[in-house]
Formats: sequence, structure tokens, C-alpha cells
Amino acid sequence: MCLAIPGKIVEISGDNSESALVDVAGVRRKIDLGLLQDDKPVPGDWVLIHVGFAMSKISERDALDQMNTLRALGEIDGAMQEVQGYGLEEIDIDDVEMDDAEPDDVEVNDAEVN
Amino acid sequence: MKFVDEFRQPELISRTAEEIRRLAGSQRHYRLMEVCGGHTHAIYRFGLKDILPENIELIHGPGCPVCVLPMGRIDDGLSIAQQPDVIFAAFGDMMRVPGTQGSPLEHKARGMDVRIVYSPSDALKLARLNPEKHVMFFAIGFETTAPSTALTLMRAKAEGIHNFSVFCNHVTIIPAIRAILDSPDMRLDAFIGPGHVSTVIGCRPYEWIAKDQDKPIVVSGFEPLDMLQSIVMLLRQLKAREAKVENQYKRVVPWEGNRAALRAMAEVFQLRPYFEWRGLGFISQSALRLNDKYAAWDAEQRFAVPGIRVTDPKAAQCGEVLKGVLKPHQCKLFGRECTPEHPIGALMVSSEGSCAAYHNYEHRKAAMASSLTSIA
Amino acid sequence: MAHGAGGKASRKLVEGLFAPLLFGSDPGPLGDAAHVHINGNPVAITTDSFVVKPLAFPGGSIGELAVNGTVNDLAVSGARAEALVVTFVLEAGLPTPVLEAEVRALAKAARDAGVRIAGGDTKVVEHGKADQMYVTTTGIGRVLRGVTIDPRSTRVGDKILLSGPIGDHGITILLARGELDLEADLRSDTRSVLSLVETLIHAAGPGVRWMRDPTRGGAATSLNELARDCGLGMVLFEDQIPVRDMVRGACELLGLDPLHIANEGQFLAVVSPEYADAAINALNLAPGGSEAQVIGEVREQPVGTVLVTTRYGGSRIVDMLVGDPLPRIC
Repeated sequence: MCLAIPGKIVEISGDNSESALVDVAGVRRKIDLGLLQDDKPVPGDWVLIHVGFAMSKISERDALDQMNTLRALGEIDGAMQEVQGYGLEEIDIDDVEMDDAEPDDVEVNDAEVN
Repeated sequence: MKFVDEFRQPELISRTAEEIRRLAGSQRHYRLMEVCGGHTHAIYRFGLKDILPENIELIHGPGCPVCVLPMGRIDDGLSIAQQPDVIFAAFGDMMRVPGTQGSPLEHKARGMDVRIVYSPSDALKLARLNPEKHVMFFAIGFETTAPSTALTLMRAKAEGIHNFSVFCNHVTIIPAIRAILDSPDMRLDAFIGPGHVSTVIGCRPYEWIAKDQDKPIVVSGFEPLDMLQSIVMLLRQLKAREAKVENQYKRVVPWEGNRAALRAMAEVFQLRPYFEWRGLGFISQSALRLNDKYAAWDAEQRFAVPGIRVTDPKAAQCGEVLKGVLKPHQCKLFGRECTPEHPIGALMVSSEGSCAAYHNYEHRKAAMASSLTSIA
Repeated sequence: MAHGAGGKASRKLVEGLFAPLLFGSDPGPLGDAAHVHINGNPVAITTDSFVVKPLAFPGGSIGELAVNGTVNDLAVSGARAEALVVTFVLEAGLPTPVLEAEVRALAKAARDAGVRIAGGDTKVVEHGKADQMYVTTTGIGRVLRGVTIDPRSTRVGDKILLSGPIGDHGITILLARGELDLEADLRSDTRSVLSLVETLIHAAGPGVRWMRDPTRGGAATSLNELARDCGLGMVLFEDQIPVRDMVRGACELLGLDPLHIANEGQFLAVVSPEYADAAINALNLAPGGSEAQVIGEVREQPVGTVLVTTRYGGSRIVDMLVGDPLPRIC
């Protein structure tokens, strides 16, 4: 249900700026901007394209944030392992799991039993 | 390709998979359902099962609009197109789906005017270019696609194009998820939420899954890093005994959804009281039809439709596979009477249906003796 | 209709109907050309029909395909085309300039490929048949020394080579049909691969087990056929398969796999490991071979199957096509 691809707006056209020429790795197609009338894109913007319609603008900032979060995954892990060597097992950092303190692994939770 | 390649970086994928292994441990078995057929396809295309630990099980949900379309509806659409001077236009996904008298492509071979379109607006363009013919667009898809059909109809009305109609099979995702959760033999821990449907409906419609059903749901993108990050987020919630809606696909999904898209849908469609879903049975308020303002463009109102109901053979266990009770290869017909070339049940019909995906991408791997570790 | 697309349905037609009735009781694996002996001289012969629509497209036209296709079939069977005969089936009412353009294209392609057009036939059928024009070429050639093509000689450890980027032709045609409203600066890759094949044989002849030109059905179909014929597994490394950005973009947009897309100017080869480096080096240095790559290797598993692997350890099976590749939106 969901094949949608990022494309870059090359030029806007139509009476109400309701269509645009979009570029996907060098392949171009005219797409309909009717679903983005509340937040009209301009040339240079990236949009998500599905069946020839722009569904949403793509936020470069959110993409970068995500990349940073992903890159940090392994790094925080590495940092934690170093710190563990100092005997500080209960460090409180958001979104970090501790290898040695995972009660769920051994507990049996009746509500979850199928 | 920007916004694609970054999310396919091999080193990051390996690292995220490691984090998943760490979080998943080895004691508990996790059952995660990805709702959307596009996610099912992504799992197989990127070989994600190969890098997930054994105790994480991915169960394929009902979000495949081709799979859940009853055969009778295909027959109905094709019967309209059998009339002289009617052009049957549909997405490529529909072309090989069999009706009782054959698929659209088979009808084309027998002389019907059948055209593949990439967009509903291309179908409208066909109507403009062929004023002496009638173009009937066979519309399928969830809320991702429905707004585009709606906007196309609005344009048809505004331009006064009358040799155009839509045979509407749009369905909505929430009732399908509800049907899965309501079924007594359902065993699921959490959901990977449909990223592109959510660009339209936003994240709020899933709140009941977290609040009432106590299941985490993470709205996910479709690249390997998106899906893996979503699994990390789900595992964290499960381990912390939390259940909330999270948006992993922030770069594209607005929490409130797309108002313009929802307005277009409200302008053109109304909910059917009930609709039959292949493999799931009748579900109320789960599908769309054109409302009275657009009756002139509703193929079901312009043309007489046989309305035949075609039931699947009892031996086809699509319902159980859809709910995650059975794996594709556990259905008695899988790989024998039911294959991608000769699909019997709903889930073999489309390439993103779980049985077809499993058959095409996976099940011969089970026979492999050697393990698949990184090659290059 | 699916039967002509090159994949599973075509195979069923050929193997299920034609082969038993036409080829005798045990013809062995079906190759791109047949090698026969005439007075003890080894001669190769092959035939191919061309029904492309539209007739002309960026990078070529049916005339070029008709020549290069047959020259290539002979080349990958290990033979140099010497002469072709051509049959035209023409739709009544076909404008003369269109016909003339194709005949010119055919003549030029034959000159470029160094092959003689020795004769032919023409038939005209009524308006509404033949989609403007169908062309068939039959080619005869001299079997090259220094190589024996036999899929059954494939061994575990052999390398899989590809002469250049895949998908150019099929995507160009798809776009040229105009139904999808996509534009790209793409051209068909139609060309004769004979000189590259000769380069390969010269550098690595004793190590060459098998070659094929992956036309309809794409590289996946050709490799699946090989996997089946030799009972081994073809393992490909995804990031080593050459694909142009635009082809990739079109495939992502339409939900297609480049491995299933037709090519008209490339070939696959399986070469023993001792000769693989020499083979790739020679190809890369030859005109038109700079993008040749090792894309995979032959393994014991998965038997009879093509597997594409990624650097992060994921893999997927790539089956033969069932009918034409269709764009999808789901």
C-alpha cells in the first residue's frame, strides 16, 4: 500500500501552483501538489511521492536528527562499557539499556503469556 | 539517492541490529506485527530477518489492499469494463490478480482495453484524450492512496469530465487492526505502524492500541534503518512495560496528519456500512465509497454491477496467516496448489502478500545448509 | 502474453511444448545458439524475433535490436556471426519512411557488427496485425576456438561476471511507451558484445564455463536458468551489481528490480576463479568494457537458486520473472 519515494521539486506549474516537476535520481515526472495546498513546497524542497501525488514535505532536519540518533547507538554503548569498568552500573541516561539490569529477561509476566 | 541511501548504510544497519540483539536478550520471545504490506515487502527485500535475533518474530499484517480484495470485486470491475468503449485502468498491482474469469491482463489478451496507470490522474488524462470512450479507474489502496483518488475526482468534477468513473475499493486501516486485535487467537506484543498511511491520518488514530489494548506501536519508515530503529523503540517500550504511540518516521509523518488530504477524502467519500475483506470476513465501517455529490463518477452507480460474492476454498487458511496464527508455509496449500503463478488465496495474489513474499524471497533459504554471514 | 516475456511462462512453453516435439529426446540444456557440424566444421546457428514497441526509442530501434540480438546470441554461445538473414512481417499501411528508417538502421548495425546481411523475406499482413512491424533474424557463425560453453561445467567457487550496467534497455522502452509519464536521459544499451566476448575468450578462454546475454527477463532469469541447469547456487553481492542512477531511480519509483529488466548490450559470464582476475582486467581495458564487474560467485547453496546478499548480512532470493515486470504502487 505504500510505495512512496523522495523526490526533489524542480519547478512549480499550474494556475494554482497545483503541480510540479519532480526529480528522482534523474528521472522526472509531473506530480500533483493538491495534497500540500496548506503548506506549498517551493523548488528545491524534497517531497514524498506516491502515485504521482506529493504526500508530505521531507524534513531534512528530522532526517539528520535521526541519523545522529542512529550513529549514537553504538557510541553510547561503547561509552557505557568504559564507564562500567569504574563500577558505576546505575547510570541514568535516557534511552539507554544496561546489560546487567534487565529484569524482564527472567521474569514471567502473566499478562503476556499467550 | 537522497533520503534513501543514508537509511541503507551497511555499517549503521549492522550496529542497529546489534543493539536489537542486545535489547532482545535471549529469554523472551517477541511477536511484532508489521501492519503494512509495504513493510512486509521491505523486510524481505532487505533480508532483515537474517539480521534479527531468533527470538524476534515478525508477523505480517493485513495491510495489503490487493490481498484483502475479494475476488467478486475484481469480477465486478471487469464486468463493467466488458461494455463496449470502456477502458479499464488500474495500477500494475492489479493486473495479474485473478477474478473467476481471469485477471485483467488475461482479459486484455482476450481483447478488453486494459491500461496500466501509475497515478489516478493518468486515468483522468486517458479520459481527456479519449472523449469517445469511458475510462473506469479501478481504485485500490488504504488511506495513503485514497486522497489521490479523491483529488482526481474533484478535478474531474471541476473540469466537467464525464467519461470517467471510479470503481472504489479503498479500505481503511484502523478497522483491520481492530479485527486482528479482537480475534481470540491473536498473539502479538506490539505493532510496527504503517508509515505512509500515517502521512495522511497522522499518529492519533493509533492511540487506542496503546491505551486500551496496552500494546506499543511505532509508526515506521520503510528503509532498513527505519524498520530496525522502530524495532529498537518497540523493544525499549516492551522492556520498560510501556505502551505508547511513537513516531519513528518524523521526517515525513506529521503527528496530526495531512489536513488537506483528509479534507479531500471527506469531500468525496463516505464510509460503507460494511465491506468484505478477503481472509477476514465482513468488517463494518472499513471501506470507502463515493458520496452523493460524486454519484455521477461512481462506476457502481453508473453501471450495473453483478455483485457476485466469491468465496475462497475452505482449505485456504489466509485468515489464520493474516492474524499471525500460522506461518505461510504452514498452510496446507502453500507451495502446492497455491503459488504466485497460480494463487488461490488472498495472500499469494500480490507480491507483498505474506505468502507471496515468503514464497518468492524466503522459503528456499530454509533449505540452505550454510549460514549467511557477511560476504564482501 | 506472459509466455513471451522471457521468464517462467516462456520457459514452460519452450520446455513443455516445443522441446519435446522439436528437439528430440535429450537435447541437454537449451542455450542461446545451437552448434552443429557441417562436413565436420563446427557452425553455430540461432534465430530471434523482435516485436518491440515503440519501434524507435532513445539509443536505437528495432533494426539495431534485430542485428545485435542475434549477433549477441551467437557470441555468448562462443561463436562469431558471419551472416544474417532477415524476415520482415509488415502491417499494411506502414508508412514507407518508417520502414526505410528501420532498414537503414539494420544495415548500419550490421556494418558496425561486422556481419553480412545475406538475404531475407518480407510479408505484408492486414492492418491491425503485426503492430507496424515484426522482424526476425537468423544468424549463422563460426564457432570460436578456445572456449567450450556448458552450464554443467560450472563449479563451486566460480565467479559471476557482468559486462556493464543493467536495466538501461528495459527502462528506456518503458519510458518510451509514454504510459507512465516519466522522463529520463536514458538510452537503450543495444550493441554487439562480440568484441568483448572475444576479449574474454582470449584472456580467460579455458576458464569460461558459461555466458548469456540477459535480454527479456533480465539477469535474474538468465542466472536462474544457469542455477537450475547446473544444480548450484548463484550468490550475488548487491553493492557490486552495476546499475545507473537513473535506472535505479526509475526502478525505485515503479517498484521494479533491475535484475528483472531487459538488456540488449550486456552479457553474463561464469569464469573459474584462476581466470577471473585476468578476465575482468581484460574486459575493463577493452572498449566498452570499463564497467564490467565481478558481481557474485557460485556456491553449493541455495541449490538451483539466485540469492542476492548485502554487506550487512541480509539476503533475498531473486526468482525468475513471471510475465513482464509490472510497476506497482503498493
